Amino acid sequence: MNEKNININGEITPPDKKNIFFKSVVGFLRKNWIGFTLLAALFAIIFILEQVLSSSSMLFVVLKKGAIYALVAVSMNLLNGFTGLFSLGQAGFMLIGAYTYAIFTIPAEARTAVYQYFDGGIINFTVPVPIALIMAGLAAALFAYLVGLPVLRLKSDYLAIATLGFAEIIRAFFQWDKLGPVTNGSNLLRRFPVFSSTLYPFIVSGICIAIIVLLINSSYGRAFKAIRDDEVAAEAMGINLARHKQLSFTVSSFFAGVGGALLAMYQTTVQAAAFKSAMTYEILLIVVIGGIGSVTGSCLSSFLFIASSEWWLRFLDSETYIGSFKLPLLASGFRKVVFSIIIMVVVLFYSRGIMGTNEISVDALLRFFRKLFRKDSKGEAA
Amino acid sequence: MEFLNTNLPYILAGISVGGQYALIAIGYTMVYGILRLINFAHGDIFMVAGFAMVYLSASLPLYISIPMTIIITVVLGFAVERMAYRPLRTAPRMSIMISAIGVSYLLQNCAWYITSGLAKQYPTIPWISESISIGTATTKIVTVITPVLTLVLVIALVILIKYTKIGMAMRAMAKDFETSRLMGVKINSVISFTFIIGSFLAAIGSLLYFTNYATVTPIAGAMPGLKAFVAAVFGGIGSIPGAVIGAFIIGICENVIKMFGWTTFSDAFTFALLIIILVAKPTGLFGEKSTDKV
Repeated sequence: MNEKNININGEITPPDKKNIFFKSVVGFLRKNWIGFTLLAALFAIIFILEQVLSSSSMLFVVLKKGAIYALVAVSMNLLNGFTGLFSLGQAGFMLIGAYTYAIFTIPAEARTAVYQYFDGGIINFTVPVPIALIMAGLAAALFAYLVGLPVLRLKSDYLAIATLGFAEIIRAFFQWDKLGPVTNGSNLLRRFPVFSSTLYPFIVSGICIAIIVLLINSSYGRAFKAIRDDEVAAEAMGINLARHKQLSFTVSSFFAGVGGALLAMYQTTVQAAAFKSAMTYEILLIVVIGGIGSVTGSCLSSFLFIASSEWWLRFLDSETYIGSFKLPLLASGFRKVVFSIIIMVVVLFYSRGIMGTNEISVDALLRFFRKLFRKDSKGEAA
Repeated sequence: MEFLNTNLPYILAGISVGGQYALIAIGYTMVYGILRLINFAHGDIFMVAGFAMVYLSASLPLYISIPMTIIITVVLGFAVERMAYRPLRTAPRMSIMISAIGVSYLLQNCAWYITSGLAKQYPTIPWISESISIGTATTKIVTVITPVLTLVLVIALVILIKYTKIGMAMRAMAKDFETSRLMGVKINSVISFTFIIGSFLAAIGSLLYFTNYATVTPIAGAMPGLKAFVAAVFGGIGSIPGAVIGAFIIGICENVIKMFGWTTFSDAFTFALLIIILVAKPTGLFGEKSTDKV
């Protein structure tokens, strides 16, 4: 009878839960105020840039597409980098997200034009954009759950090839003309609401990535890392392998689905044929360049990847003359060759990528700058 | 009989494409057996062989351009192993696979750059492109030649692996990499030799495949490559007869599905087959028992 009273928790009166929550939030804000200020400043800068520069500037293309790819890359990193499940199904889940979003948001009056071969389709209602985004994620997650049941029993390269296979099956299904009233067969889906501001993908991706980071830092995240490092040891420590793998796979696909929906908004049209395995490979290469197991690395490298493939290396694609001398090799497609050589160099010689498994944190940045300034002042004194 | 008469072209096409997949699948299965690596670049090496033939035959006669194509493909396969896989021999398996994906991306982009992304007409090789009629069906001679040639090459390969020293070294490495190294097997040269055989068979496969399909594009290698890999898994990865039988089954099934008018699903079916076999019998039809896969 006394045993319960001896319990330490029993002796201490439980503190007011509300109070603790409030305090921890304040503490969190106080600890990370620099980070939040920087984030706010970033949003402000993008907002100002949008007012100043013309909206057709390449900068916005890079920022929009980069933000979307950052979300997809982080979601893939959750799976490949943090749980150690080598999955190549990302394009398939993005396709489900993109189609779910498009199907449920095309305005009723535009449906007859879009579904011209299928009598306006069979879905005759629309849902608001934010709900459609969540539905996109949920559809991808549901499918991932079903796929995961058989496939997650496989290991490493077998898992990779099986998920790749599923992505191809999904792509074939969405192009099937019997499903035309829903998916419009192999024709384009268009006229759904899109975003115009660059801030939109930033905010949505930002929220999603924040949720992924919270998950990674939770006890679930620690379990994922344990599974990645040693499955047998993790199981011995009482981690339910099947459940955690399934969770990681489903969550990752949820965000891939949201990313797919954003990509649909960015492109203004959706076609299943575009979601090839080449897309998954690109995302995988982004993750590798950023560092497998680093969220900030994935974000950074997706912007670098998009910027160099869409903008900085563009000059390689056009024939250039200096005086009357034609520079050799420069022609359409050369950009991609140079680009893939850079990627091979990273893969072969810097296999840890930009960040390895490290993260960019505000504290580390501050420490770095302090060190830099201290060195400078020392140098001046000497 | 009536059924057979109307559907004979599909079945013949299936046997033919199955033989072509088999020639690619052997490259996958041998490399996987030794290195435990899915060589994602193998399909693209097959594609490069197609382009090499297109460009060489434009200026050279066939009796030079065909051997040249085979030599270029073999050199490419050797070089890919040397430059992209050998430096990563001690790295985790995932890094080598990523490197393979990188090579595939590089080869596709190079092909795109050289051809400006246009599909190229494959040269007609005399005799094997001629028409022949079997029963009620009319088809090219290549359709008949493919399975025969495939079987001859496979038998030669099996003899090579069973009765030569290097074949014995390959079998030893597939069983136990480290031990065979301790026994004095020169692993690097054996691995190079494996890639050379794989590329040689892929080059032959590409001669037959593109004669049937007439055009080459930079992404032409991706799908046959993946299907050949599925064939290799289906037959039991590491087993050469398994890969061949798997390839014929996949080739025939694919065309039977087209026969029923489900063309959209002919690719999807292959992957469905892959998933079913992985879940139900991960070692494939003829694979050796191993705890690696599941």
